[in-house]
Amino acid sequence: MTKAIELSLASLVALLALFMAAGAQDAVFEFHSYLFLIVAVLVAFWLIGRDTSNDDPDGYMDGPVRLGVLATVFWGVVGFLVGVVAAAQLAWPDLNIEPWFNFGRIRPLHTSAVIFAFGGNALLCTSFYVVQRTCRARLFGGDLAWFVFWGYQLFIVLAATGYLLGNSQSKEYAEPEWYIDLWLTIVWVAYLLVFLGSILKRKEPHIYVANWFYLSFIVTVAMLHVVNALAIPVSLTGSKSYSLFSGVQDALTQWWYGHNAVGFFLTAGFLGMMYYFVPKQAERPVYSYRLSIVHFWSLIFLYIWAGPHHLHYTALPDWAQTLGMVFSIMLWMPSWGGMINGLMTLSGAWDKIRTDPIIRMMVMALAFYGMSTFEGPMMSVKSVNGLSHYTDWTIGHVHSGALGWVGMISFGAIYFLTPRMFGRDRLYSLRMVNWHFWLATLGIAVYAGVMWVSGIMQGLMWREYDPEGFLVYSFAESVDAMHPFYVARVFAGVLYLAGGLVMVFNIAMTMKGRERSEQPIATVSVQPA
Amino acid sequence: MTYDSLRQAADSWGLLYMLIIFLAVIAYTFRPGGRKSADDAAAIPLKED
Repeated sequence: MTKAIELSLASLVALLALFMAAGAQDAVFEFHSYLFLIVAVLVAFWLIGRDTSNDDPDGYMDGPVRLGVLATVFWGVVGFLVGVVAAAQLAWPDLNIEPWFNFGRIRPLHTSAVIFAFGGNALLCTSFYVVQRTCRARLFGGDLAWFVFWGYQLFIVLAATGYLLGNSQSKEYAEPEWYIDLWLTIVWVAYLLVFLGSILKRKEPHIYVANWFYLSFIVTVAMLHVVNALAIPVSLTGSKSYSLFSGVQDALTQWWYGHNAVGFFLTAGFLGMMYYFVPKQAERPVYSYRLSIVHFWSLIFLYIWAGPHHLHYTALPDWAQTLGMVFSIMLWMPSWGGMINGLMTLSGAWDKIRTDPIIRMMVMALAFYGMSTFEGPMMSVKSVNGLSHYTDWTIGHVHSGALGWVGMISFGAIYFLTPRMFGRDRLYSLRMVNWHFWLATLGIAVYAGVMWVSGIMQGLMWREYDPEGFLVYSFAESVDAMHPFYVARVFAGVLYLAGGLVMVFNIAMTMKGRERSEQPIATVSVQPA
Repeated sequence: MTYDSLRQAADSWGLLYMLIIFLAVIAYTFRPGGRKSADDAAAIPLKED
């Protein structure tokens, strides 16, 4: 019965895709229609041919988690690589290869690949893992979880190919065109159903705090995405659309979306990850459960108002700018409360930082969470923003949060999940995790340091007046001055990418069941007094 | 409903409403006896696998 419904749905999508392709107004829309058609046909064949006799309907559903781990690693390395390419294009403009590989198309490819493909898959697979373990219930909805996983991969491919082919709504972090947005909405509602359904059928009376964070991430991203993506397509079979908003309303909607993508996608979601995997890896409960609840509610109540700090000194009303600044500063408290809560979970087990490189990664993630949530509110202060905005300082800030917090906590979770998901006793090599840790940490340190220097230099050059009141530097002079820093940034990116490649090797070997014979990380040698 | 009336509702009663809910949640978290249920909840991830 279920199979019949699923098959008819796949055929329906295939038929619709065929009609869309036939009436396509432009090449990108035609290409994407055929992509839909191919995927729908593949799904139909998979549904007919698959063997479900070995499935245990009472056990946990780990198939999407297992593939999610691989998807996270794959998209992570792709996203880091594209980032290195983008950085190299800024340092050496000759690397802009028209028209597909211009910086203007590579840049959204990089941001979407790391945020939505790498980060999104990490959130998807860890949330499916965590909700089952903490609710002691199988995922709700049967094959719906598979639809969420593959539907999300299709969204990534549609968005990525769209960017390269020149298809963009030109809203930062929300570049996909209207039909890709609609597809993501369908996938996201299915995700919400799976997650909420799993919570509703839980056997554990209490809903563990990690699930609160995951749920708030899913609900808020749904709301943000739907409102910000409101647009009228020029034709129902063409890729071009126009936003429903204009002028300053458009700008504020965009940054209400954009900042809460940071707040709920890159913060709340990954905090859900932190509140499960840090206690698991440290083998002790979270430092203060009540602090985690205060952390949750204050983050929820404050974050949603912080967006206007992206529009200081613009046409946005002054009171709205100040509101955004004040709420950003108030965010200091919950952010640091959460960081302390995560770090103090290790109290009484601080030696694990020395002996367990996975804990080391998680601690570094928390340290970067603390640092970037300190820097962010500081940069939202209008006078600081007057110096920092539109400069590389912002880019450095974003990367200390993204590479440090989001990246490190995800790597920690991936290293935790891999042996468990592939039925191995341990990882292939803990020493390689340590290598990954140091390559990544060094990469972030160089990246953030270089961008601070170049960003502040850039900001100071732009506002330098001579005694007669003329600007001292032309814009091109500030661009020229940044070249050495841009080259250093490429190097930082290569370090971070190299760490990612070490992870790929380590995980591939773990999947094969190999175990590297190696010295334990740190043997405790206590000198008797 | 105009922009002004909406804004006035937001920065007076709306603000108060949100503040009361927030304070109520915090007060509930730190209610007497809350520690026990919090400790039980904190142990959930460590109970299995």
